[in-house]
Amino acid sequence: MKIKCRTISRGVAEGEVLLTNDAISFLGNVDPETGEIVEPQHELYGQSIAGKVLVFPHGKGSTVGSYVIYQLFKNGVAPAAMINLESEPIVAVGAIISEVPLVDRLENDPYEILKNGDRVIVNSTEAFVELKDE
Amino acid sequence: MYLTPEEEKTLDGEYGRSLQKAIEILVALGDIYGADKLIPVKSAQIAGVSYKTIGDAGLEWISDLEGKVKIPSILNPAGMDIVRWDEMGIDPVFAKKQQEIIEAYAKLGIQTKCTCTPYYLEGFNVTLDDHIAWSESSAVSYANSVIGARTNREGGPSALSAALVGKTANYGYHLDEMREPVVAVEVDCELSGSDFGALGYVVGKTVGSRVPIFYTKNEPSKNEMKALGAALAASGAVALYHIEGVTPEAVRNKFTRPDEVIPVERTQIDEVYEANKDIQSSEIITVGCPHCSVEELEEIAGLVEGKKLQKEMWVCTAREVAERHPDLVQRIEKSGAKVVCDTCMVVSPATNKYASITVNSGKALAYVPSMCKVAAKYASIEDCIKEAGVVDEN
Repeated sequence: MKIKCRTISRGVAEGEVLLTNDAISFLGNVDPETGEIVEPQHELYGQSIAGKVLVFPHGKGSTVGSYVIYQLFKNGVAPAAMINLESEPIVAVGAIISEVPLVDRLENDPYEILKNGDRVIVNSTEAFVELKDE
Repeated sequence: MYLTPEEEKTLDGEYGRSLQKAIEILVALGDIYGADKLIPVKSAQIAGVSYKTIGDAGLEWISDLEGKVKIPSILNPAGMDIVRWDEMGIDPVFAKKQQEIIEAYAKLGIQTKCTCTPYYLEGFNVTLDDHIAWSESSAVSYANSVIGARTNREGGPSALSAALVGKTANYGYHLDEMREPVVAVEVDCELSGSDFGALGYVVGKTVGSRVPIFYTKNEPSKNEMKALGAALAASGAVALYHIEGVTPEAVRNKFTRPDEVIPVERTQIDEVYEANKDIQSSEIITVGCPHCSVEELEEIAGLVEGKKLQKEMWVCTAREVAERHPDLVQRIEKSGAKVVCDTCMVVSPATNKYASITVNSGKALAYVPSMCKVAAKYASIEDCIKEAGVVDEN
């Protein structure tokens, strides 16, 4: 199944879905060395976002968050791709400089059609997300 | 968003990876905010300079970039005076990292002058309706409000992208309709000097990120408007304000008075000076947030003439301004005060070692307690100098 979306950061990547309903402040919520969520109040506390297709509503917090995404990328623990409901500049800029594909505004609600562990391809260059058959 | 064939080529990577990433950032932001196209900008001012704020992650990204900026570009304040960092008590490890960041920017053709007041510098004079891409919140406010130029509050990477491409996305404060005031601020008393910073500190909290128009009893000077705007952007997120009959767009456009009115009374201004009065004696006094103009340096030089200050006092300014006026620097430093360049009390880790500070800036008052964990007190420039412990030399 292919779902149309809007391109924010170009690229193509495949990975397992990791969903959260909480917004993410990359500065403070994520350990740049390991990719682990270190904020106890966060829904994904203790889980790693490394190599995942991370689905979250939008970013928040300090603009330094963009550089934290770059640090994750340099340390090899960035998400494979990211899907937002509505992207904002911190995550958009971080994704672009880190070559992490990022899309938003999927034509179907990602929280209804995707679940944790699904394998998806995010093709941001051509503006679609593909849910692979089981 | 419409892109010219040349811009499409840049986005497809024909001019290299760095330029491709830069235009991709501009296009993504343009898409997020509904821009129709990219527009040329006259200059860029880039935030994300202090090692204290961007750390190793930022340093790595800037160092990896290639190419040269296409327009005059300048930096935000760094974490230290580039020359006299040792005197400020900066750790040599921090100093080395800070130098690396500045060198990485220099490699891209960016002028390594670190200031929040680019509008005082050669090559960065802007005029009414000019489009620019500046980052630092008080510089953005000054350019938009006092000069009537047009800029969004750029993040570090987007300002750097604008510098490399020579363009920015056409949205937000670049558009006429986004520059209209939506809330009126009525001030019921005459104000002078640091009262305007206090006004900004009070009003910013209520106005948030909206565009206010002030109705004041008296006309502020440009230095007073600089202080007002800096405080509005720090306690709130105001990037543009107008003053009826004073700021260029208010004079030209004759805006209708918005329905929502925020009244401000003298007591609210006085409360800013009263807060933290229990700090009996501050350990350090800092002025020059935003960086001092020549007139402000002259005023300070006059106030400390023939005096010896007992406490540490920093007078922050742009290096170019200090170098143009060695006589003023000498007169100020004769009192024991230090004229500190390239940095300020907010972004330098040297501030953190003090327990208490006196400032004449609403912006510093908003940021120093949270960012530096130092108790802050607000005072006029005259009271700041008194707080420094004046002993008459004669």
